[in-house]
Amino acid sequence: MTGLKELMQPHRIAMMLVFAALVIWCAVSLRWDWIPQYAPLALEGLWATIWILAVSTFLGFLLAVPLGLAQAVGPWYLSIPARTFCTIIRGTPLLLQIWLLYYGLGSLFPQFPWIRSSELWPYLRQAWPYAVLALTLSYAGYEGEVMRGAFSGVAKGQLEAAKSFGMPRFTMFRRIWLPQAVRNVLPTLGGETILQLKATPLVATITVVEIYAVSSRVRADTFIVYEPLLLLALVYMAIAGVIALVFRRLERG
Amino acid sequence: MKLRALLAAATAAAALSAGAAAAEQVKIGIAAEPYPPFASLDSAGNWVGWEVEVINAVCAAAELDCVITPVAWDGIIPSLTGQQIDAIMASMSITEERLKTIDFSDPYYNTPAVIVADKSMDIEATPESLAGKIVGIQASTIHQAYAQEYFKDTELKVYQTQDEANQDLFAGRIDATQADSIAMADFVNSDTGGCCEIKGAVADDPAILGRGVGAGVRKGDDALREALNKGIAAILADGTHEKITAKYFTTSIY
Amino acid sequence: MTGLFEFLGLGASAELLSLSGWGGNLLRGLANSLQIAFGAFGLGLVIGLFGAYGKLYGGKVTRDLLAIYTTVIRAVPELVLILILYYVGSDIINKVSEGLGGGRVEINGVAAGIWVLGVVQGAYATEVLRGAINAVPAGQIEAAKSYGMPGLMIMRRVTIPAMMSFAVPGLANLWLIATKDTALLAVVGFNELTLETRQAASSTRAYFTFFLAAGFLYLMVTLCSGAVFARVEKWARRGQPSLKGGTS
Repeated sequence: MTGLKELMQPHRIAMMLVFAALVIWCAVSLRWDWIPQYAPLALEGLWATIWILAVSTFLGFLLAVPLGLAQAVGPWYLSIPARTFCTIIRGTPLLLQIWLLYYGLGSLFPQFPWIRSSELWPYLRQAWPYAVLALTLSYAGYEGEVMRGAFSGVAKGQLEAAKSFGMPRFTMFRRIWLPQAVRNVLPTLGGETILQLKATPLVATITVVEIYAVSSRVRADTFIVYEPLLLLALVYMAIAGVIALVFRRLERG
Repeated sequence: MKLRALLAAATAAAALSAGAAAAEQVKIGIAAEPYPPFASLDSAGNWVGWEVEVINAVCAAAELDCVITPVAWDGIIPSLTGQQIDAIMASMSITEERLKTIDFSDPYYNTPAVIVADKSMDIEATPESLAGKIVGIQASTIHQAYAQEYFKDTELKVYQTQDEANQDLFAGRIDATQADSIAMADFVNSDTGGCCEIKGAVADDPAILGRGVGAGVRKGDDALREALNKGIAAILADGTHEKITAKYFTTSIY
Repeated sequence: MTGLFEFLGLGASAELLSLSGWGGNLLRGLANSLQIAFGAFGLGLVIGLFGAYGKLYGGKVTRDLLAIYTTVIRAVPELVLILILYYVGSDIINKVSEGLGGGRVEINGVAAGIWVLGVVQGAYATEVLRGAINAVPAGQIEAAKSYGMPGLMIMRRVTIPAMMSFAVPGLANLWLIATKDTALLAVVGFNELTLETRQAASSTRAYFTFFLAAGFLYLMVTLCSGAVFARVEKWARRGQPSLKGGTS
């Protein structure tokens, strides 16, 4: 570990002392008495944040592969819709997309009474399906653009070699093209996933109870402003750190 | 050249954020959301409604130079304590919980809390009747506090604005909502509110539901509180309050 | 086609979106959004320029502090940062002003928005500009030094013009982020395009009409900016050989 030696420089030690003093000052002079009461809710919220992030990233990536492929090598009737989709998603604020999906679609329900008696209604009336859908589409839009570059970046010679072995097209895609493209995007994937994490609090505006919503609730109930927000920032930094570590592992492995 | 332009931009930004200490302007915070008939935007971008007129009347009577400043409702108390605004006149009830953080003027109107639900739903305004149902409430309101206290077996959905809760009631995503009776009377008479009706008032709990709506001011800002009290007393005495009320409602709401 | 329009509740769209109707509000919101985006982008550039210089040539402490700044800002959601900076910013300014014996300071919404988004943008701009400055061949700066040019003049005459072509793509991206991030100010109740849209939508119940119209406006901003930045990039690259096959 060279890290430890680097940390032990005089100015860094001084900074750490200042930081420690700051933490102690925060712990002593700010109000934290609300934590025990809201801890269970916060854990629930944290869990919601994590699974929404995981599900939307996973589904978004699955969607990004065909989007990238269509843009990279697809015929025009596939590549144009794919490119339009990516442009629209990347060109408009996510908050607007979330509100359009949730309140826009919601405003249509009363016109169609049968929706409420359908089997999908228990899901349609909740907020999380819209949150997952919006975040999935958003991730797919951004990642589709990245995948386009990744697919174009795989060396032509390898594909030709596979072809000359008589490999079927799908096997070729599965064994050579996709793995190489994914390896190419792995370094950016970590960053994109952290960006996705930073997008999750937006779903609190459509009543999904995740960690940000819990901090808003604390603020609303107790009128304590800074403390929940500071803690929230720490939580997000911790999650971002974990994501960065996981992707570094994946890259090496 | 480039650097000079950048520096100019920086100083301009700095000047902007520092700003000049304004004269005696009083910023009255209202919620940045349509809350008819108390405060809503018309298509020209002006705030109109009963409360907006009352604010103007109170300020005129108290000889205050007021500007109406829309702020996000769930951050309205932090905005007051953080000095972005000087007073809150946004249908905020005077409650014990809020009095720990801010001061209030005398009340200028009063409204009971009611439960609104779809006409076809067999719902009463009691915790038993609402058990197992989904009830929408607005964040940071007396209704949220009340619902959390009394509706133990009810799923609560918390909205940033009452308008969103109404929208979801209309969409059928929630079974009922708890809110101020006057605002709800206006809602059930609107196009979208036609789906629903007022099912009744919830059992009163003055400790949570408060004692009327007052203007919130920072703790210790007694000068402004006194001035607002004077203004409120004046418009109640000279009939202005009544006159404004008559434009919007059929009964007195004081 | 008309069936679809009726279906989405877009029937009376033309009337609702007219300039004398809610369309005017939307455009006012757009003007507010752009104003903040410009300001925040500018402030972010200034912070980024000093940040990049600090990271490259600053002392140890400066470098570590800047590393903390960029790491924290890039790991915490903008929404959370906006809330923290929004409340903290005005608190600090007022405390300082009161401490200096001055009165309470008026902070208008636009300035608050610029400050909040500018600080966020600054962290990203720092990284973009640092990369761009790094890409400038060291020999050019050494040559300027050997002529005895003072530091600021080197920055103005050599480093900034030479790094422009490397920085433009990253900055274009930042500008797009700035325009979209203004939407987040809706959550603190600032009247930019997204909040105006929601107010219009909930007042008229024409959700699809207004959300689609706002989406269209944002998209136009994105596409126009893309065209402008393509020209800027061409301009910044003037006199340089094509980058294809280059060392960068």
